[in-house]
Amino acid sequence: MVTIEKIWKFLEEVADPEIPVLSIIDLGVVRDVALNDNQCLVTITPTYSGCPAMKYIENQIIELLEMKGVTNVQVKHVLSPAWTTDWISESGRKKLLEYGIAPPVDEVDKSILFADAPKVACPKCGSESTRMISLFGSTACKAQYQCKDCLEPFDYFKCLK
Amino acid sequence: MNKELFEYVIRIADDSLILGQRLSEWCGHGPILEEDIALTNIALDLIGQATNLFEYASQIEGGDRNADQLAFLRFDREYRNLLLVEQPNGDFGDTLMRQFLFDAFRKPFFERLIACTDLQISGIAEKSLKETKYHLKHSSEWVIRLGDGTEESHNRIQNSLDSLWRYTDELFFENQVDAVLLDDFNFPKLSEIKEDWLKNVELVLDEATLAVPDNNWQFKGGREGLHSEHLGKILAEMQFMQRAYPNMEW
Ligand SMILES: [Zn+2]
Repeated sequence: MVTIEKIWKFLEEVADPEIPVLSIIDLGVVRDVALNDNQCLVTITPTYSGCPAMKYIENQIIELLEMKGVTNVQVKHVLSPAWTTDWISESGRKKLLEYGIAPPVDEVDKSILFADAPKVACPKCGSESTRMISLFGSTACKAQYQCKDCLEPFDYFKCLK
Repeated sequence: MNKELFEYVIRIADDSLILGQRLSEWCGHGPILEEDIALTNIALDLIGQATNLFEYASQIEGGDRNADQLAFLRFDREYRNLLLVEQPNGDFGDTLMRQFLFDAFRKPFFERLIACTDLQISGIAEKSLKETKYHLKHSSEWVIRLGDGTEESHNRIQNSLDSLWRYTDELFFENQVDAVLLDDFNFPKLSEIKEDWLKNVELVLDEATLAVPDNNWQFKGGREGLHSEHLGKILAEMQFMQRAYPNMEW
């Protein structure tokens, strides 16, 4: 029998297309799973308004759950409460680091101009001597950093709150 | 359908869409790689906001037209965006000044829009505000860097400010749409937002050693569908694919 718990478990197999080490559960974009009258409703929320992965994720959810024998799968999109980086799970943060992307750290107040960039440790060598190259990066959710010790450039999953 | 509510949503959507389209013209042309990426990332946020808003506008209208049809198949007189966002990119300073004047409006606007009684609009505002804070930080810092930079950068961005200032009164333009909706939906009063906007703009311009223009000549018309010559050219490019190949999808 398909249960809500099982569906949550299944959804761990759906990867974020841009950061494939993260499942959509790690990323915290699945808000709700409901089962009633042979219908399965999965509610998801985007990381950023323009996240181009949402349609892809929706199709992956439907494809995977149908493969697992869940019938009549619907995916609903909601915006509120808005996603923040707090929704990324602990295991998601570990996986990001192992993958070479620095996970989000505390937010710096964006209303303070030219404030020091958040202190982000280098995911390659662990050095805390790093600098922000740009507030914007390869995807909407990342900033670009460089390590001053090993000189490697790296992505930082920037804080969104 | 609630015609006023439809128009209210279309206004916000059109501002995001047209500015997003403008910024995406920078793709591959940024002065440095990081700024190329920054401007196109901001464009993506804006297009995303527009998508959410057009989807809701489509619902309000009763589904006659979907979000893509609203974005790509209206005529210029049906667009309700501000004249400011349709102004040409010019140089990097012109683009960043246009962005700054707009972001400084969008932040207090979304902050207050969250409190409206329409849950869909409130949700979109909540989401968009988080992105807008990044945009405003980025554009403010560039205005300061260029204004308080070299003599050349200072003079050029002062010129940008002087030529764009005439489109800023329109940010706070209200018509009968606002009169009908404001109380029922608890939408922001634009006159109140103007105070926040002016305070922040003056703070940043002061830091940037730029002078607020004293010219009081102001243009308006965008909110009523009366646009500058630039909108038609944007639409010619933006709508080309949908008009040439109706219903095409990527
Ligand atoms: Zn390092």
